[in-house]
Amino acid sequence: MTYKRNIDRLPIPPKDAKVHNVTCHFCIVGCGYHAYTWDVNRQGGMAADQNAFGADLSQQQAAETVNWFSPSMHNIVKQNGQDVHIVIKPDHDCVVNSGLGSVRGARMAEESFSEVTGTQAQRLTDPLVWRYGGLYPTSWQDALDLVAAVTQRVVAEQGEDGLIVSAFDHGGAGGGYENTWGTGKLYFESMKVKNIRIHNRPAYNSEVHSTRDMGVGELNYCYEDTELADTIVIAGGNPLETQTNSFLNHWIPNLRGTSLDKKKKQLPDEPHAAGRIVIVDPRRTVTVNACEMEAGKDNVLHLAINSGTDLALFNALMTYVADKGWIDKEFIAASTSGYDDMLAANRTSLEDSAKITGLTVQQIQTAASWIAEPKEGKRRRTMFGYEKGLIWGNDNYRTIGAFVNLALATGNVGRPGGGCVRMGGHQEGYVRPSDAHVGRPAAYVDQLLIAGKGGVHHIWGCDHYKTTLNALEFKRVYKKRTDMVKDAMSTVAYGDRAAQVEAIMGAIKQGGLFVVDIDIVPTKIGQAAHVVLPAATSGEMNLTSMNGERRMRLTERYMDPPGQAKPDCLIAAGIAQALEKAWRAAGKNDVADKFKGYDWKTEEDAFMDGYHQHAGGGENVTYERLRAMGTNGFQEPAVGFKDGKIVGTQRLYADGKFGGKDGKAIFMATAWRGLQAEGKQQEKDKFAFLINNGRANQVWQSAYLDQQNDFVMERWPLPFIEMNPDDMAELKLNQGDLVEVFNDNGSTQAMAYPTPTAKRKETFMLFAFPTGVQGNVVSKGVNELIIPNYKQTWGNIRKIADAPEVTKSLTFKSLEYRTS
Amino acid sequence: MSKRCDKLVDTGRRQFLRGTGIAAAAGIATVVTPAPGKAAVPLARVTYPSQKLANVKDLKTDEPLDINYPDKDSPGVLLKLGKAVENGAGPDRDIVAFSTLCPHKGFPLNYVAADKSLNCPGHYSRFDCEKGGMEIWGQATQNLPQFALRVDSKGDIYAEAVDELIYGRLSNVLSA
Repeated sequence: MTYKRNIDRLPIPPKDAKVHNVTCHFCIVGCGYHAYTWDVNRQGGMAADQNAFGADLSQQQAAETVNWFSPSMHNIVKQNGQDVHIVIKPDHDCVVNSGLGSVRGARMAEESFSEVTGTQAQRLTDPLVWRYGGLYPTSWQDALDLVAAVTQRVVAEQGEDGLIVSAFDHGGAGGGYENTWGTGKLYFESMKVKNIRIHNRPAYNSEVHSTRDMGVGELNYCYEDTELADTIVIAGGNPLETQTNSFLNHWIPNLRGTSLDKKKKQLPDEPHAAGRIVIVDPRRTVTVNACEMEAGKDNVLHLAINSGTDLALFNALMTYVADKGWIDKEFIAASTSGYDDMLAANRTSLEDSAKITGLTVQQIQTAASWIAEPKEGKRRRTMFGYEKGLIWGNDNYRTIGAFVNLALATGNVGRPGGGCVRMGGHQEGYVRPSDAHVGRPAAYVDQLLIAGKGGVHHIWGCDHYKTTLNALEFKRVYKKRTDMVKDAMSTVAYGDRAAQVEAIMGAIKQGGLFVVDIDIVPTKIGQAAHVVLPAATSGEMNLTSMNGERRMRLTERYMDPPGQAKPDCLIAAGIAQALEKAWRAAGKNDVADKFKGYDWKTEEDAFMDGYHQHAGGGENVTYERLRAMGTNGFQEPAVGFKDGKIVGTQRLYADGKFGGKDGKAIFMATAWRGLQAEGKQQEKDKFAFLINNGRANQVWQSAYLDQQNDFVMERWPLPFIEMNPDDMAELKLNQGDLVEVFNDNGSTQAMAYPTPTAKRKETFMLFAFPTGVQGNVVSKGVNELIIPNYKQTWGNIRKIADAPEVTKSLTFKSLEYRTS
Repeated sequence: MSKRCDKLVDTGRRQFLRGTGIAAAAGIATVVTPAPGKAAVPLARVTYPSQKLANVKDLKTDEPLDINYPDKDSPGVLLKLGKAVENGAGPDRDIVAFSTLCPHKGFPLNYVAADKSLNCPGHYSRFDCEKGGMEIWGQATQNLPQFALRVDSKGDIYAEAVDELIYGRLSNVLSA
């Protein structure tokens, strides 16, 4: 039966409700919100002078009103030890979202920890340690002493390579400048840890190496550029679901033609029309549908290429655009190097490209024309966006390089209506000491763990059991290694610390692995842990991040963390201090001294130690200044502080100076070489179905909390796999039936979702979902810089069971909006 | 959207806090000494009007009838789906009614008979009329508010309650 809250009234924020600046902590877009809090036993009134909105709430409010919030935007939480009502509602004055709330951000209140309403009861409240066959609460001091004792011993015996680390490197929840600095200082300054990986990939590397090597930082535009562009090109992205309010608030006005006045005003010396869009994606998404609805089918070009052939398309577009002379010669001469060599190396005919990509020559020509053909003698403004379809796709390095080539050649970086940007996943929040010692290519950490290397594993806000490649094999080995340590720990009384450490070290010598998991909720990989440390999330601490247009804001602490949970930066400081003690006890004062400098009392101390001192322009940025900048903040890098405001940077490279040698952007040779990662072509040849995979609207960057949200879990109790109905008929599948997806890498489960727009033999499975892990069937094949290739996965499908009970209340109708 | 200036009496608001706030608090270990017996017994939910919407014989399958409930500022739709559904009313258990203000941003929803869905032109949210208003896809953080229906022996259809908060109001019933 469909989930309803049966809430038909909500308490009204009184006039004196406290208001906090909030940036949504889920996805890259970083929508502005405000958190209103007030005492649980009070409330405002319906009359305009009795409520925080100054509105007469006894009347029905109109569409898009600022004077309403949904039940999911309300909760009762602790603030300084007292119960308070909280309402977290979108900020209409934030230029990012203009009052829009996504299906994720508009649930921030409901997804907060509450002892009163019972929401997020899963949250970790105490440090936990393995004893008596389970994970049980202990004190911070006890837990940190154990972590430090084992870590110190492993490093003493194996060197720092024996310490393996998995750590977030992003902004938003489970990240932020405070926390990336805290962890970064621990592993890159006090130690020089090399065997470290990031939350979503098996090494410590950039997802977008090539654009950086070309001197073009990957977040170089502002969201307004998508309102100004003549054409938007999006490759391997689905922005309606995964950059929702950036798409709705900035792309759609362009496609509808409602940003025309802005175009004329800002760019008066050229002709303007409503925007057009080119979408490169093997799958038809809700993004394609929405664009067609708004711009008309004539202004939407969906290039449904063969999976993994983007590079062959981009090289042909580059060649054709060059041959037509639709390039920005002046810009190329002034701001770039290597153009001629690139063009010679990448030359690809329309016909060859059509053959590889499955497109027609005409489609490629049309795309080129929309991207680059001058408009009445003026340069066409095109915004280039890409995300996981390229990043987790075939031949990451070359493919992204080829896309950047096209943007540079057409003069579309650093200019209004342009940009060549990744769309992003999380917000960003990276400031750490140098990682140069990690090397390039970086260590393939998953393979080290599978090979039995390392003795201790510190995990920060990562869950590889759900989000890595080759996941089934990883889990099999990981469980075995960590069980060895658990079994050894069970042979000794917990209170005998010296004997515990000896037992643990003994198991490690036999190939065991000791695991410390720092997170806000219990995770799948956390089941293998020996110590679990509870972290605070955004809003339970002050937290800074920047979004996809480098807009930096401070989310102010509006509630208490659960129990003894602490900000990650302070946990990192605690580990550092415990390690200092452990090394001193071991008589190694020189090593112990490296763990000084963590006497932070608050996250603000970590921010001042990290961002303020080490980020480019960080000297201009303080909490006090950010607070005054509200939900609009400023766009990084900060270049000054004037008239009480931090002065930011609207677009990177607006002066035509890039990050390569002599301030140039560097074109890249990116010849097509088929399916690049080892074993992919054979997998394609052997198995019947493409198991394309990615995200869904409801759970984008929020699944770790959504797994306890009834509204979401009723909709997706199991991961969906979109299948063409004819394929389903062949396999005798009905909607909701449980299927097994399997290949030589492993197997997993999903729920069949009939999708008439899906191409035959091309499926799409929800990625990284707790009740069915797509990564189980992804091979270990990576690119030359250890970037995984999740998207190009092939497998077979068979029925496991008829649709289980949890699917009975579900709708299986098309996700596409329709008018008839 | 029509505007109406209904006076909300304070009892409505007080009832909310006592009804929901304390009922929820009772679920945890915190024990609060009960208020003195003279306090009014609060209702758990707002009191809804019973309102006649139409007669069964007025309805044809897939021809939506515009209605308003619980008052004229809250537009909705009355539908005969032609197929029995959970919570369906009437002799064929196929009559349902929903709010047509999208619970995301309050745009008016349009009924698409082809797949019996309500669709929002604002941000493309879709709700399944055969599944209690389940959001098929979209930005709303609620499934669609459904109006509870009663059909009497004459075939008259009455709306009598709502199961989610209606967009644009912090109490589903604005007047006393």
